[in-house]
Amino acid sequence: MSETKKFMYINRHAPHGTVYAHEGLEVVLIGAAFEQDVCMAFIGDGVFQLKQDQDTSEAGMKNFSPAYRALGDYEVNKLYVERESLQERGLSEADLMPLTWEDEDDDWAEKPSIRVVSRAEMSDLLEEQDVILNF
Amino acid sequence: MAFELNGKTYETDEEGYLSNLGEWNSDVAAYMAKEDDCDLSENHWEVINFLREYYDEYQIAPAVRVLTKAIGKKLGKDKGNSKYLYELFPYGPAKQACKYAGLPKPTGCV
Repeated sequence: MSETKKFMYINRHAPHGTVYAHEGLEVVLIGAAFEQDVCMAFIGDGVFQLKQDQDTSEAGMKNFSPAYRALGDYEVNKLYVERESLQERGLSEADLMPLTWEDEDDDWAEKPSIRVVSRAEMSDLLEEQDVILNF
Repeated sequence: MAFELNGKTYETDEEGYLSNLGEWNSDVAAYMAKEDDCDLSENHWEVINFLREYYDEYQIAPAVRVLTKAIGKKLGKDKGNSKYLYELFPYGPAKQACKYAGLPKPTGCV
C-alpha cells in the first residue's frame, strides 16, 4: 500500500462565471476514490462557491451548489474558508451553506465540514500539504 | 444517439444515458432495461428511485462506493453491499442503475 499524501484543492473563482468551480469540484469527487488525505481551501472569490441559496435560473447555468453537500458522503470533510476573503466581500460564516459530514467512528454524529481560518492559518495549512491543486 | 418509445424520440449520449433528465418516466427505465436483457423487479426500482432522490437533492449521481454506503443506511446492511447491488445490476450498480434512472453517468468511480 502506498503512502497517503496530503492533498489540498484550492478554489479561487466565483462559482458560475467560469467552469473552474464546477470542474474543480468534479475532480475532488473523482479523486476521493483514491483515499488520500484531502482538504479544500476557499480563497478570494472562491468563498462565493459556498454561499447559501444560490440561484442560477437567470444565468442559464446549472446550479451545482447542492453537490457540495455530498462531499461528506465522499469523506471530504475539511473545507477551509479564509476569514479575510469572507470579510472583504461582506460575508460571514452565516452566509455559507451549513455543510456537514457523518462520523462513522462516533455513531454517525453530524459534524461541521467548514472551518473558517485566518490568512495566516491558511498559509500554515498550505505549508503542510504534499500536493496542491489550484482551480 | 436516440431511441423511440411510444411515439416519442428520446435523445441519449453515446453511452445511452438520457440527454434530458426531465424527459424520464418509468417506461423509459423499463425500455432501457429490456435492451440490456434485464427485467426490473421491485428491488431494482428501490435502487432506481433512491438514485433519483439522491440526484434531486445533490445534483450529482453518486460514485459506487457512496451509493453502496447510502443504500446501506437507508435500506439496511443486507442491501448496502456490493454483492447484492451487483446481482441486481451486473454492469455496475452506479453505472447501470443511473442509466435507467435517467441520470448522467456517475461522477468518479462507477
